[in-house]
Amino acid sequence: MAERAARLPAQGGDTQWLELAKRLSIYVVLLAGAVIVFIPFAWTLSTALKAPDRLAEFPPRWIPDPVVWGNFPEAVTIKPFGRWFLNTLFVVGVATTGTIMSASLVAFSFARLRWPGRNVLFLVLLATMMLPDQVTLIPTFVLFRHLGWVNTYLPLIAPPFFARNAFFVFLLRQFFMTIPLDLDDAARMDGASFFQIYLRIILPMSKPALAVAAIMFSQFKWKEFLAPLIYLNKQEMFTVSLGLRTFIGESWGTEWHLMMAANIIFMIPLILIFFFAQKYFIQGVVITGVKG
Amino acid sequence: MSIAGVRIGTGRPLLRLSMSSRRGEALTGILMASPWILGFLIFIVGPMIISLYLSFTRWDLFTAPRWIGLRNYDQLIFRDAKFLLSLKVTTIYAFVSVPLQVSLGLVLATMLNQKIRLLGFFRTVYYLPSVIGGIAVAVMFRWIFGTQFGLINSMLATIGIQGPSWLGDPDLVLVSFVLMSMWGAGASMLIYLGALQGIPTELYEAADVDGAGTLAKFFRVTVPMMTPVIFFNMVMGIITALQEFVLPFIMTRGGPANSSTFLVLYLYRNAFEIFKMGYASAIAWIIFIYIMVLTIFIIRSSSMWVYYEGSLKGR
Repeated sequence: MAERAARLPAQGGDTQWLELAKRLSIYVVLLAGAVIVFIPFAWTLSTALKAPDRLAEFPPRWIPDPVVWGNFPEAVTIKPFGRWFLNTLFVVGVATTGTIMSASLVAFSFARLRWPGRNVLFLVLLATMMLPDQVTLIPTFVLFRHLGWVNTYLPLIAPPFFARNAFFVFLLRQFFMTIPLDLDDAARMDGASFFQIYLRIILPMSKPALAVAAIMFSQFKWKEFLAPLIYLNKQEMFTVSLGLRTFIGESWGTEWHLMMAANIIFMIPLILIFFFAQKYFIQGVVITGVKG
Repeated sequence: MSIAGVRIGTGRPLLRLSMSSRRGEALTGILMASPWILGFLIFIVGPMIISLYLSFTRWDLFTAPRWIGLRNYDQLIFRDAKFLLSLKVTTIYAFVSVPLQVSLGLVLATMLNQKIRLLGFFRTVYYLPSVIGGIAVAVMFRWIFGTQFGLINSMLATIGIQGPSWLGDPDLVLVSFVLMSMWGAGASMLIYLGALQGIPTELYEAADVDGAGTLAKFFRVTVPMMTPVIFFNMVMGIITALQEFVLPFIMTRGGPANSSTFLVLYLYRNAFEIFKMGYASAIAWIIFIYIMVLTIFIIRSSSMWVYYEGSLKGR
């Protein structure tokens, strides 16, 4: 110990350099990583702006010449893209409303009311988060088919009203647990019902958590693929995520410039919401310790 | 009571209330939880029982299911080479890609935790891939991995290397998938960054006093303190990866030679392309049991390497 301490001052200049080099190398690595993350996006954009006969150019060109903005209108007109967009907005809107309504109600019950069997059921709820969906996929399909729901949006929007995605119950419950219970008791003294407590006290105080849940769920729903694939057969009923697939040519080869333009249109809402609501994403991670 | 750090009870002292008000609270509680309870019965319990039943039948969706006992399972486990291949490739994918993602995420988080400038910028950029996730990524990388005009091979060609057929070579397709999954590894960094900031700085100061270098601090302090978070994300990541569907469906359609037919893709084919609903249900149950056993095994083994603060090692 003493030996080391005595040696340190002499090395002062060296360690400073070492520290600087270390910091510099961290920046270099982080920047390189950022570039790697960026490249696929840049290449997607570049492809989306190329003329079809320039796709196979060698060496690859990052800045297209000519820049063909027309790919975007073409991509959205050769397919019923506008319709898909509206379909998706509808599905996402209704399903998110359903999830927020049901999940917040259920979370309130689990976080703030005492009833027999509650703790056991909460463990069951946690367990369902790990349940692979496939094990319920086929009977659920059979059920919805039996109800005549194939080729309607009901299979996509009805389950959210039953808090089918337990993760959001969990997320909201974790947040509701942080609100002091004295508030409920005081409100009870004043004669408020539990439902009033939920509606007038807990929900208004939980706006940030509700926003986190709404944003995470709507992003998940926007990207959802397997359920639309199974339940929607008519092209004009497709969601955007399902529609993207139709750009992949089977025998003719894919028109990559249009495919990438479509992909960008698909990604824009996701990225915009992410940029404007970043703090909510981070909060979601903080509340639950799970990424979206 | 707590499980994986989640408190179960409210810990609320029982108010001295009349019996009727206690009963009212209980009734309201059950009523308010009923959307989930109903959904649980309709969308989980019921379907699980039915799919278990269907897994013992032969059923084409149009005629009545026919009971065939264990024949589906027998076929899958002992005779269906495609299924066994699919089990193998999915397992390899999950067990290679997830630990790599976790390690990369951890390294990135440690770097970002060094009072770095531009923290917000890096955080945003690294998180971006998981924001767009799924199909958009699959579409992008199908183009990037293209053999002839794909970005990677074009770049390789400019330096005179003829690139391989990333998605067309049975020996390479999994490698390509793992590489692609690394691209999204930054997402878990956010979680680790949060957890890192929870590590008491005294531990690092003590390590400094003992003359520990950067690497020693990383492996002796950071990693042990992070094990609960690493563990949780590893488990969830593997569960998710074992259920991957969109990537092979969009990028390779399971090819070449079924070398990327992941389990759920194989299930989908059986159920919705050739309508072997009974057979597909058996696949679903095997996936389910596989994931369950794996999860239990990992959790059991966790006491050997996961460090929970305040608990004795090995307990």
